[in-house]
Amino acid sequence: MSIEQFKYSSIPAEAEKLRVEVRAFLQQELAEFPNIKRADSWIGFDAQFSRKLGQRGWVGMALPKQYGGSDASAFERYVVMEELLAAGAPVSAHWFSDRQSGPQILKFGTEKQKNFHLPAICRGEQYFCIGMSEPNSGSDLASIKSRAVLQGDKLIVNGQKVWTTNAHLAHYMIALVRTSEGEKRQQGLSQIIIDLSLPGITVRPIKDLVGGAHFNEVFLDNVELDADAIIGTEGEGWSQVTAELAMERSGPERFLSSMALLNSLIGIIGTKPDALQAKEIGRLTAKLITLRNMSLSVTQQLSEGKSPVWAASCVKAFGATFEQEIPELAQALCDISPTSLGGSEHAQVLAYLMQMAPSFSLRGGTREILRGIIARGLGEN
Amino acid sequence: MRDIFDSTIERFFLDMVSTEQVLHAEKEGWHEELWGSLDELGFTLAMAPESAGGAGANWTDLCGVARLTGSYSLPLPLLEAIFSNWLLSLCGLDPLTGALTFAAKSDLKLIEEKLTGVLQDVPWGRYAGHILAIVPEAEQNHLVVFTSEQIESVEQVNNVAGEARDTLVLAQVKPAFSTVLPAQFPANILQLGGAMIRSAQIAGALHKAMNISHEYAAERVQFGRPIGSFQAIQHQLAQMAEHVTASVISAEAAFSGSPDALDPLAVCAAKICTSEAAGVGASIAHAVHGAIGFTHEHPLHLLSRRLWSWRSEFGSETYWAKQLGEAVCKHGYQDFWPAVTAGHFDTFQKEIRE
Repeated sequence: MSIEQFKYSSIPAEAEKLRVEVRAFLQQELAEFPNIKRADSWIGFDAQFSRKLGQRGWVGMALPKQYGGSDASAFERYVVMEELLAAGAPVSAHWFSDRQSGPQILKFGTEKQKNFHLPAICRGEQYFCIGMSEPNSGSDLASIKSRAVLQGDKLIVNGQKVWTTNAHLAHYMIALVRTSEGEKRQQGLSQIIIDLSLPGITVRPIKDLVGGAHFNEVFLDNVELDADAIIGTEGEGWSQVTAELAMERSGPERFLSSMALLNSLIGIIGTKPDALQAKEIGRLTAKLITLRNMSLSVTQQLSEGKSPVWAASCVKAFGATFEQEIPELAQALCDISPTSLGGSEHAQVLAYLMQMAPSFSLRGGTREILRGIIARGLGEN
Repeated sequence: MRDIFDSTIERFFLDMVSTEQVLHAEKEGWHEELWGSLDELGFTLAMAPESAGGAGANWTDLCGVARLTGSYSLPLPLLEAIFSNWLLSLCGLDPLTGALTFAAKSDLKLIEEKLTGVLQDVPWGRYAGHILAIVPEAEQNHLVVFTSEQIESVEQVNNVAGEARDTLVLAQVKPAFSTVLPAQFPANILQLGGAMIRSAQIAGALHKAMNISHEYAAERVQFGRPIGSFQAIQHQLAQMAEHVTASVISAEAAFSGSPDALDPLAVCAAKICTSEAAGVGASIAHAVHGAIGFTHEHPLHLLSRRLWSWRSEFGSETYWAKQLGEAVCKHGYQDFWPAVTAGHFDTFQKEIRE
C-alpha cells in the first residue's frame, strides 16, 4: 500500500503520437489567445471551443465508442489533457464531465443514463457540475443535509449546494444527497443527476476575490426528478464519490494551474538569469517533471481499474504546493509589481494567479483533508 | 530480474546489515567481511555483461537495490562499484572485483602520458583497490583507472555518517588502465552517476525514516492517546510522505534510462527533488521522534546523518537546479513545455556534455 502504489510509468509511444496533432490544433485555434486568458487555465469557459474539441473526438475520448467516445487509452487522454492545460486552453465547459461525470455515469449509470448523457458529453455539448459542498458541509462532506425523498414515482430534492463551479453554465449536476439513514453518516447517501433547467432550482453566482464568478450557490426547492435519477446504488453514494475523487485529484490540472505565469516568468527573466533566478527556475522545472511522473503513475493505476485514492491525494497535495509557489517566486525573483489595471501582461498574469492561488489548496479537497487521508493511509501498510 | 535482485539483497541486508554492523563499520571505517560477501555473491558485477561473468542487468533492475542500500544504511560502495563496472564494460574494459569506487571531482593533468592531480570526495577512497576517474580533453575524454598503490597520499575525510569521502593525491602516475570515453558519455558522467545513485539512496533512507516515524507515532502515548492521532503529527507525516513519493518516483525515473547511457535531465530532476526532500524529511522524522530520536541509542540517526550527507554529495539541489534553470532560460518559454514532455532540454544536455 501507499508508497508502493507509485510505480514509474511513462507515456506509451502510441499515445505520444497524438501530441503533435493536439499541438498543431491548439496553435491554430489559440493563435490570438492572450496570456491573461490562458491564466484562467481550466476555469476558462468557452462552449464553442469545447464543441470543436468534441468534433475532434477529444472530449470523453476514453469512453467506449458505442456511447460516442473513442475507446482511447488513459494515456492518450492524458496527452490531450496536459496539452490543453499547458496551452491554457479554455476547457472548463466540458472539463468536469470529461474528468468525472462521464466516467462515473459509465461506471455506475443505467443503460438509459449512458445512452442519454454520454454521446452529448462526447460531442462537447453537455456540461456537468459537481454538487458536493454545502453551507455547513465543506471538508466534512458526510454531514451534508440535502435530501432526496421518493414520493410515488418521483424523487423530490430539497437542500442547498455551494461552491459549485459552473452551476450557472452547466446543464446537469451530479449531486451527493441523503436518501436514507444508516448507522454511520457515510451510509444512506446517493449520487443523483439533476437537470438544472427544472423548476425549483435557483443558481446564484458567488463573486470571488479576484472579481470573477465561477462558483455558485445552488438552491434546490422541491425539485421533482424521475425516480431513476439516482446513479448507481441507493445508499452507496459515499463509496462512489470516494472512487471519483481518485480521478478528480490526480490529473495534470492539479499542478498546471500556474503554467501561464511560469511561462511568463521564464520569458521575463530572459536568456541570462542571475544565480537565484536560475536556481529557482531549475527547481520548479525539476518539481514539474516529478509531479508529472507522479500523476502518470496514478494514471497507470486508474487504467488498471484500481482506485488509487491515497496516491491521488499525494499528487494533489504536492501539486497545489507547486502551483502556489509559482506566484510566490514570481514576486520574489523579479521586481515587477502585480497590477489590476495597466502594467505589462506579465504583471497582470502575476496579479491574477497570485490572487487565485489560495483556491488551489481548497478546491477539490483542502490540503488539510488530503494530509489527513495521506497520514491515515500510512497506517494501512 | 528486478524482483530477484530486490528480494536477494533485502534478505542479505536483513541478515548482515544490522544497526550494530553499521555502527561497527562507521567506527572501523570499512567492513571487510561484509564487502567480501557482497563481492562473492557477484553483486558488484550486476551490470557487467554475462560474457564477463556479470548478470547483464540494466539500471531499472537495480533501482530497488539502490533504494535498499539507502534504507539499510549499507556502509559500503556497492552502487559505486556496480556503476564502475557498468562503465568499464561499456568502455570495452573488463570488470573489476574487490573494493571499487570512482572520483567525480578531479583536476588531473596529463603530462607526458603521466597524470598528476587531486581526486576529491572519493567514496571510500582510502579502502578502494581501484578508483575510476575521467580526464577531460579537448577532442575526447578519457576514462582512467588507478590502483590503491598508485596513490601518493590520502587526506582522510569522513561525511557525518562516518563514510569515507577522501582526497587522493596523484603525482606523475601512469594509470593502470586508460581508454577513450565513448561519445555517448558526457565528461561529468561520474558525477551524473553519483547523483543518480544518491537520489535512490535518499529515497530509500527517507522511506525507512517515514515508516519508523509512523510506527513510533502509533506507539508513543501522550495525553492518553498515541501521538499519531494528533493532527499536528499526522500532517507532518503526510508532508513527509508527499516528499517520499516524489523522491521514489524521481529516482525511479532517473534509473529508467537506456541500458548504455544515463538520462541527464531525469537524474538532475531526481537529485534536486530528493536533496530537498532529505532536508524536509530528516527534520520531520526528528520532530516526530522527539528527544529519543536525538539519542545515539535510537537508530534514527543512522538514516538522518546519511540524508544530511547525501543531499550535498555529487551536487546539491542548488548545484543542479542552477544548471537546469540556466538551460531552461536559454531555451525560452516557447520551448519549456515541449522540452518537459520530450524529457530533453538541448542546451542542458549539451552543457552537461561539455
